[in-house]
Amino acid sequence: MKKKPNYYLYIGGALSAVMVLMIIIGFFWTPFEPNAVSAATKFAMPSLSHPLGCDNMGRDIFSRVLEGAGTTLIISVSTIAIGTAIGTLLGAFTGFYGGLPDEILMKVCDAITAFPSILLALVLVSIMGSGKYNIIIILGILFIPSYSRVIRGEFAKHRELNYVKNARIMGAGDLRIMFVHILPNIIPVLLPAVTIGFNNAVLAEASMSFLSIGVQPPDPSLGRMLSESQTYLFSAPWYAIGTGLAIVLLILGFSLLGEGLQRRNQ
Amino acid sequence: MLDIKNFTLHFHSAPPENMAVKGISMHMDKGEIVGLVGESGSGKTVTALTIAGLINRRMAAFGGEILFNGQNTLTLKSEDMRKIRGKDISIVFQEPMSSLNPVLRIGPQVEESLRIHTNKTKEERKELALKAFKDVELPNPEEVYNKYPHELSGGQLQRVMIAAAMISNPTLLIADEPTTALDVTIQAQIIELLKRLNKEYGMGILFISHNLNVVRKLCTRVAVMHKGLIVEEGPVEDIFHNPKEDYTKKLIAAIPTRSRKNVR
Repeated sequence: MKKKPNYYLYIGGALSAVMVLMIIIGFFWTPFEPNAVSAATKFAMPSLSHPLGCDNMGRDIFSRVLEGAGTTLIISVSTIAIGTAIGTLLGAFTGFYGGLPDEILMKVCDAITAFPSILLALVLVSIMGSGKYNIIIILGILFIPSYSRVIRGEFAKHRELNYVKNARIMGAGDLRIMFVHILPNIIPVLLPAVTIGFNNAVLAEASMSFLSIGVQPPDPSLGRMLSESQTYLFSAPWYAIGTGLAIVLLILGFSLLGEGLQRRNQ
Repeated sequence: MLDIKNFTLHFHSAPPENMAVKGISMHMDKGEIVGLVGESGSGKTVTALTIAGLINRRMAAFGGEILFNGQNTLTLKSEDMRKIRGKDISIVFQEPMSSLNPVLRIGPQVEESLRIHTNKTKEERKELALKAFKDVELPNPEEVYNKYPHELSGGQLQRVMIAAAMISNPTLLIADEPTTALDVTIQAQIIELLKRLNKEYGMGILFISHNLNVVRKLCTRVAVMHKGLIVEEGPVEDIFHNPKEDYTKKLIAAIPTRSRKNVR
């Protein structure tokens, strides 16, 4: 049987790679200083020197998109790192041992997912305050349930399998069984969950910044730029289009990548 | 070496009158090959797992004693039991296909018990693994070492499992129906292999099976289990020629015709 090539994986991988590469370049070099105000280029149309045009203060939108996407990327990656690490640990232990802690964790996860996440984020922001680092922690916490649930299910499934019994016969302890024997088996399931989670993190950060409870000035962020561009939607549509396009491409790339990874598993 | 005294086991999930093992006693000397025969659900696998301390103590109530080299495995702390497993007691299971971790290479998995119980270096472990591969007559040990489980056949995998079980030179090897999932020619080869390893290394083998014919080829002594009790025990040939219990007679009668001719 000839296998159909996995276009999702290739296109998604290429798109995400290009986006991430551009963002990484943006950390070191942008065509213009992202925060440089200039009266001469106020609302300048897209041109060769300003590929995405300029905003209400004459700042180059392309440079600001690069910088903003950088902030978004850092926040999303940290969020996912926190969510995955803690979610994996919690899920591994509860799934492997089961019993009362397992029940409690699942009920807590249900409770957290039952809330609209934006609402929960609002509550946490009002307690902890906004800003880049608080956003990372808040989103990280909100992302734990989805990972711990996936990981828990996999561990509960794998702990009954023969190879685990066999590892036990060799004298392997619980920790060794969990992280040396079972975890590598779960990575194919974890990987798509991470890419999909990354998308959700990008969207969550953008929406929080859009509602101005996320990243605070002067840090640029895609969400905040989008919210600013609203005012000039008709006079300078390129502001919203450029920023929105960056979000769409970033999400699209990682969605396709996630889908591709999932298909590869089947 | 192994002394089972009036061992009982009752799973908490089962009704009170339904005990998995109802008091069995059995003895095994060093280097002996003993068969444990019985139908599914007779308690033979449960007994084997308990010897290795693999039955969760919260799930069942135990009675009697299982003495392994003088230590009672029923009361031993689970951490101490873990130190015995893989080093002094090993088990080979029925399904070699699913008993190996699919995402890890064969070599490191065979070395697992060495990694856990000894401080040997990577090179020493590999050397021992390759030697074990040769002992179990696997072709191209070097190649097998770097392969993944799905790249080998069932018979080869069972050899790998035996290699993994014997690499630390255990005093007791429990073989829980190791030939059931294999075809007949491979079965015979595995039996010969176990026989040879027993002779060369002097490890005791507790061979669990429902196939009396296989047991007859391999074991010196056999215990017949039925409904949680050992109904008959003795040298293999005695049991074959003068079965005393009805159940044993039925088991022997169940052997396919051609081999039954040989028996009589």
